[in-house]
Amino acid sequence: MISELIINAFLVTIMLAVAIALLKTRTVIFTIILTSAYSLIAALMFITLDAVDVAFTEASVGAGISTILFLAAMAYLPKEEEENLNNQLLPFLTCFVLGGILIWCSYDLPEIGLVSSPIHQHIVPDYILGSRDDIGIPNIVTSVLASYRGYDTFGETIVVFTAGVAVLALLKNNKETGKQNSKKSKRKVG
Amino acid sequence: MHENPILRISTKILFAPIILFGLYVQFHGDFGPGGGFQAGVIVASAFILYSIVFGIDKGTKLFPSNINLILLALGGLLYGGVGIASMILGEEFLSYNILGSSPQSGQHIGILLVEFGVGLTVSNVMIALFNAFVGFKSGKDK
Repeated sequence: MISELIINAFLVTIMLAVAIALLKTRTVIFTIILTSAYSLIAALMFITLDAVDVAFTEASVGAGISTILFLAAMAYLPKEEEENLNNQLLPFLTCFVLGGILIWCSYDLPEIGLVSSPIHQHIVPDYILGSRDDIGIPNIVTSVLASYRGYDTFGETIVVFTAGVAVLALLKNNKETGKQNSKKSKRKVG
Repeated sequence: MHENPILRISTKILFAPIILFGLYVQFHGDFGPGGGFQAGVIVASAFILYSIVFGIDKGTKLFPSNINLILLALGGLLYGGVGIASMILGEEFLSYNILGSSPQSGQHIGILLVEFGVGLTVSNVMIALFNAFVGFKSGKDK
């Protein structure tokens, strides 16, 4: 129990430090690397909550591939972010009040892992027993993801597909117009 | 980066194990943590690493972009196809029970195919996005 507390305190402290560093930094590459570090710490927190599947996804998608894609996109950004000179009192107050409300509400949440909490009473027992008896695979997450909630995962796959195709279409379109423009400008020069 | 021997050799050594690990995560998702989304990202990272170290031209030579786009669509089609197959066999959309000799083996086959579809789509979307970002630059420079 006490070791869990120490680990959680350690992770939260690092997370907070990374978040503050993220606010302070104005260099794009540091922002990307710090976001990756933040994802990695989030993955560690998911492991302490025994959610290994989520942690795996967070580590591979959040800390891994999105960092690479951000770095690839970084080539088109200016190296430094502009200093924000607007008054930051209102955003600060909004965050402070919203965070306070969320922390206040969290006291009403049932304890983590409490069997009698509503989320573990409704349909979860069916899934846990069904994963063993009807589907026969040990990883309940996979059986929920691919079988019980197969429609949702189908939707997710289509979302990934659509997002990818949309980005491809946008970038390709831009490239062609860019070529056309350069052709036009060459003609003008000629 | 193309001249650095440490990067080149370590990429060559790492390439196959990364893909092997991706396949392990893909097909071991029933028994441990993992599944199509994670495996797709891991497999994609191997190809992206290759493209980063050896250049985008060699990367697209290794994995041509037309095959990439076909596989990108094929993953979603495989997922939907499993659903349609169970409909043709007389069950509801995405009811895997009918696919095997027993309901349990049907579920196993269905989950395996569906996760493979997810993995195909995710990995190819990631590779295509990376290629698009990098290719966009060379389009602008021309």
